[in-house]
Amino acid sequence: MSKIIASAAIRGAYKLVEKAEKKYREAAGRFGPKKEVGFPNTAYYLPIIYGITGIPVKTVADMETVLKECRSLLPPFVKEDHPLPYLAPALDAGMAALFAEEIIEAVRYLEQPDFYTKGEDPAEGKIWLGAADDVIMRKRGVEFVDGTAPGFAAIAGAAPDPKTAAKIAQELQEKNLYVFMCAEHNGKRFSEQLAEAGVQVGWPTRLVPFGPEISAAVFAIGFATRAAMSFGGVKPGEYRKILIYNKDRIFAFVLALGYVSEEWYATAAGAINWGFPTIADTPIPQVLPTGICTYEHVVSNVPLDQIVAKAIEVRGLKVTQAEVPIPVAYGPAFEGERVRKEDLYAEARGGVTTVCEWVTSGAMDEIEDGKIEVIGPDLDAIPAGSQFSMAVVAEVAGRKMQEDFEPILERQIHHLTNYAQGIMHIGQRDIAWLRVGKAAKEKGFMLKHIGSILHAKFHQDFGRIFDKVQVKIYTDEKKVKEIIGQAREVYKKRDARIEGMTDETTEVYYSCTLCQSFAPSHVCMVSPERTGLCGAYNWMDCKASNEINPTGPNQPVEKGETLDAKFGQWKGVNEFVQKASRGKIDHYNFYSVVNDPMTTCGCCECICVILPMCNGVMTVNREFDGMTPCGMKFTTLAGTIGGGLQTAGFVGHSKYNICQRKFITGDGGIKRIVWMPKMLKEEIRERLIKRGEEAGMPDLIDRIADETIGTTEEAILPFLQEKKHPALEMDALI
Amino acid sequence: MSEKSADNSMGPLIDKAKADKAEICWDRLDEQSPQCGFGKLGICCRICAMGPCRIDPFGEEADCGVCGATADTIAARNFARMIAGGAAAHSDHGRAVAELFIAAAQGKAPGYEIKDEQKLLQVAMDFGIPVENRTIRDIALDIGKTALSQFGQQEGELLFVKKAPLKRQAVWKENGVTPRGIDREIVEVMHRTHMGVDQDHRNVLLQGTRCALADGWGGSMIGTELQDILFGAPVPVIGKVNLGVLKEDEVNIIIHGHEPLLSEMIVNVAQDKEMLEYAKTKGAKGINLAGICCTANELLMRRGIPIAGNFLQQELAIVTGAVEAMVVDVQCLMQSLPIVAQCYHTQIITTSPKAKIPGAIHIEFSERDAPGSAKEIVRRAIDNFPRRKGKPNIPKEQMDLIAGFSHETINYLLGGKFRGSYRPLNENIINGRIRGVAGVVGCNNPKVPHDELHVAMVKELIKNDVLVLQTGCAAIACAKAGLLLPEAAKQYAGSGLAEVCEAVGIPPVIHMGSCVDNSRILIAAAAMVKEGGLGDDISDLPVAGAAPEWMSEKAISIGHYFVASGVFTVFGVTWPTLGSQALTKTLFEEYEQTFRGKWAFEPDPVKAAKMMIEHIDKKRKALGIDKARERVLFDMQKRRELGS
Repeated sequence: MSKIIASAAIRGAYKLVEKAEKKYREAAGRFGPKKEVGFPNTAYYLPIIYGITGIPVKTVADMETVLKECRSLLPPFVKEDHPLPYLAPALDAGMAALFAEEIIEAVRYLEQPDFYTKGEDPAEGKIWLGAADDVIMRKRGVEFVDGTAPGFAAIAGAAPDPKTAAKIAQELQEKNLYVFMCAEHNGKRFSEQLAEAGVQVGWPTRLVPFGPEISAAVFAIGFATRAAMSFGGVKPGEYRKILIYNKDRIFAFVLALGYVSEEWYATAAGAINWGFPTIADTPIPQVLPTGICTYEHVVSNVPLDQIVAKAIEVRGLKVTQAEVPIPVAYGPAFEGERVRKEDLYAEARGGVTTVCEWVTSGAMDEIEDGKIEVIGPDLDAIPAGSQFSMAVVAEVAGRKMQEDFEPILERQIHHLTNYAQGIMHIGQRDIAWLRVGKAAKEKGFMLKHIGSILHAKFHQDFGRIFDKVQVKIYTDEKKVKEIIGQAREVYKKRDARIEGMTDETTEVYYSCTLCQSFAPSHVCMVSPERTGLCGAYNWMDCKASNEINPTGPNQPVEKGETLDAKFGQWKGVNEFVQKASRGKIDHYNFYSVVNDPMTTCGCCECICVILPMCNGVMTVNREFDGMTPCGMKFTTLAGTIGGGLQTAGFVGHSKYNICQRKFITGDGGIKRIVWMPKMLKEEIRERLIKRGEEAGMPDLIDRIADETIGTTEEAILPFLQEKKHPALEMDALI
Repeated sequence: MSEKSADNSMGPLIDKAKADKAEICWDRLDEQSPQCGFGKLGICCRICAMGPCRIDPFGEEADCGVCGATADTIAARNFARMIAGGAAAHSDHGRAVAELFIAAAQGKAPGYEIKDEQKLLQVAMDFGIPVENRTIRDIALDIGKTALSQFGQQEGELLFVKKAPLKRQAVWKENGVTPRGIDREIVEVMHRTHMGVDQDHRNVLLQGTRCALADGWGGSMIGTELQDILFGAPVPVIGKVNLGVLKEDEVNIIIHGHEPLLSEMIVNVAQDKEMLEYAKTKGAKGINLAGICCTANELLMRRGIPIAGNFLQQELAIVTGAVEAMVVDVQCLMQSLPIVAQCYHTQIITTSPKAKIPGAIHIEFSERDAPGSAKEIVRRAIDNFPRRKGKPNIPKEQMDLIAGFSHETINYLLGGKFRGSYRPLNENIINGRIRGVAGVVGCNNPKVPHDELHVAMVKELIKNDVLVLQTGCAAIACAKAGLLLPEAAKQYAGSGLAEVCEAVGIPPVIHMGSCVDNSRILIAAAAMVKEGGLGDDISDLPVAGAAPEWMSEKAISIGHYFVASGVFTVFGVTWPTLGSQALTKTLFEEYEQTFRGKWAFEPDPVKAAKMMIEHIDKKRKALGIDKARERVLFDMQKRRELGS
């Protein structure tokens, strides 16, 4: 920390703490000390304060304790001559500044409850999103875990003009980074500049307008702090572990664009505690010696056209950027971008027009790698505003190619196409829906580019399992109809085959330690009838992943001797888990929530919990933010069992797993489910009915309670009794 | 500048002493010259009444003493006894602290209390003392008793040995020098160097080594750790140094020596309203405390009390005519003080039953009534104010400095409350901004120009990006030269070191306290090893030690425990084993094999600094950090490999 920076940061921290104290007094006066405070829908209270001090700020009165802590952290001002050492005091002051800013933001939620929109997207006339709730954090957290988002850039201030802002944002998006924005420079704000430039902002495009002031930086750092607690299994108050976790695993940095005020310095000093360096475009002093951050702490005077590259180097991040020869930008950050009706050039919409996507294997000598054909008109011959039919057929060949890998490659078409800027893709197979935006068309995007994308990305990500791929894109209605007939035959055959696979007849399961970048002691095991709890990996995916990367996170595990057939425990699996969890877990069961259940990293789609009074279990999906009969919301549950912990009575699982044959068979199976949110019930309705039929109870779905019946055990029990829910008649659960 | 000192305040005062007919150490050195050549070379033996014997260094006359002891044996005995003397001094200081500590814990030492509870808990952990559900006083009592038991322990290992890196502990075990009990090792040196006992120079030296370790990792460490608990672990503080801190219109009390036990109380009493009022009645505007030697360092580190000077300034402080009382405790006190004082009005007050001086007033420090003793002393000084003989002659020289760097503080300063660790130090050593770390410590010696060697050596080191840690009179010397200010980094340090100093806000020269506080440097070295990336033993670290102006037995003990802890250590002035080629070879060469640390002797401070830098570079090369490293960029795979 240079003396100038430390001095300014400490002064800034005083200002912020004084402002927070004022805000606190006002809130106490206006709302009373008992008034509840907090960010919306989170189990982590004010997350920085909670993570670092362990203090859950629940009411206005709780803020006072934190403000006292802030005061004790504020060091004396740095003297001009013969200053006492200032690095440590400035870092402490920075921490106090972040605590103060969280309080300022929490009071804003009280004073102006509608200041922030509480969703993923800006609302009409309201650009600022405010704190990410736990649903967003967990959903996006998965991307941090699997590497699709290696980190985030916290941008304070504004670019000189909207065009430059858009350029920087796109560069960051292309590097797969999230962009969290706050504060202003010369009356301009980066988020507003993006909106002005016509860039879609919001969580789906990874361009998150947190708030108009520097204090909104706490939403970014709070996000990172929650990641350590929810995925890293770090307990609130274990401040050192939380900070080191972030330094090692969350590749975030601050981009200070414009005049760096004392409050900015204070906030940036706070961020250094997390190992997040600051890169500035103005000539502020630099702090180059390493130690708290991985490399430099403050790098300044960086030209805007180099600032993204510099930031990534300073943070020590390696980004593998997709090289796809198409005329629009490409990367996961563009996946969530919508193409609105008014921006639409043309679309192929399964169900309305005839659309299908199909990957099929061919003989090596019949396939010409890289050949892309459009059979029928391409976009330049398709009139604006029209709907067209389309079949995308990727033919692959290779010595290692197996029929089983076809659906895996095919499923990639959705997100790989969606990664292109200005292109929207939904669904798969014969319900796929492709929208091409006007902007993409103007830049020269053609349907043949879908072929370019598939060719480039299939090779890049799956090169080890095939050698050649050629793509045919049919838009000729007659041809499309012909293709869809063939494809549907194949879809049916595939479904039957995967449905037919059982755990009993499969000797090799697959591990998944993908999440160990974030949850170091968690090990998933994936069997045909217990798909990965994140919903992203089934047994076949793991098998393919292992072929692609034999030393990667998915390893084949000989399940070995069966130790317990009912609960699903195998010797070989246990041995692997013990090793891969670094001794933390030495055994677990596949089919039980009661007895030694499988662990979770924290990114599970659903959590199943026992309800003793009902003699059954409930399960709740991540998107449901209401209370559940076990007395905890999803987010609290995930906080309790995440981070690779084994907790009897709780287990994480995927949505798909609910209707798999083996779902908690050790505890009585699907008939144990007495409650689930209505939205989940609807989502899996078809399969749930089918599974009920198989289990000899076709109306099981109607006997399962949801939040409209009640959100306590007491409230749902009469319903279960009335419906004669099977769980009530089963053996005692515990 | 006087040829006798690099410090500009000294010349005029030395002249004044001459004019005032006050005989000071340089005069006495002249009278002693030429000094005994046999003694200088370490081959004069007066251990038994068959002697004194001396060995002819040129090999022409006697090659052994009456008992048959060779030059090697005689030099080894003398050297080991120097270690024992030094270890005894530090350790007896540590013992006095432990005794006061126990009394404080029992509530029997009015005015003393446990100031640093966090450190108390840390030391309790080091000692394996339970802390759950216990009062601070109970824990403190156990700590005090355990510490005291370390002195008389007969078997096993000293508890603080565990603070050393495992590999270092293994080296000690291999060589059979792990200290058992502090007193026992000192006694065994005295026994084995008695006439007719241990007569193998290597074997004598091994016991000397064990005794030195009992000092560094025993008595001294106990002294430091318990003083920190009792008086507070130091935190950064700004102070003033040199004789210019004396005030013409105030009662000047100088505290001099090494144990801060009583002087801590004098600091409290001197701020007492009653005393200030009393001073006013005698025509003084206030009471000005200032220190000399290590009591000064202790009070500077913890209380910000100004330092009047180092060892060679003790007589000259009196020569200013401005000192009402010089209160002394133990160690490094010149017997000439009362004699010099006769020319002025200064009263010399001895306070320790262990250190009386003819001509001084003795007011004994008793832990049962320390505030009482302190008051009596301060009152006496005030009473003496009107007796000044004419206008005092206070030099204008004074300098600001930043002090207060304990191990705990360094740990904090390198990352704050939330991220404190030695990581940034290690990282910047690894990346080469900091080339290495040197401890430059020790005394003054009138045989060489006062302070000049310290300042020259330290300047050379920091110019070459070596971070310097200091204690004792060496720290005072460099403080007077302005090297202990953060601004010195830009002015004197190499660009890499300066950049780190600017980042952290520290001077390039770090003041770690008194000479018992050299134990802090051991702890810091162990912490650097533990932090990782710089090998797994102190001997792997790119560090070196030096005492360019040494004079006391304590310096030899300190130097030897650093060598035995794996540090290359260079001394200046003179070397006390040169009469024995074999012993000198053992110290200068063989110890590098057995203890991975060794001694060297080089009177030229710049040359000595170059030797230290060369050693540091050798260690950097061995660690593979002598070349610039490529930046490692992390992808997801690397993050997964991090483990938990």
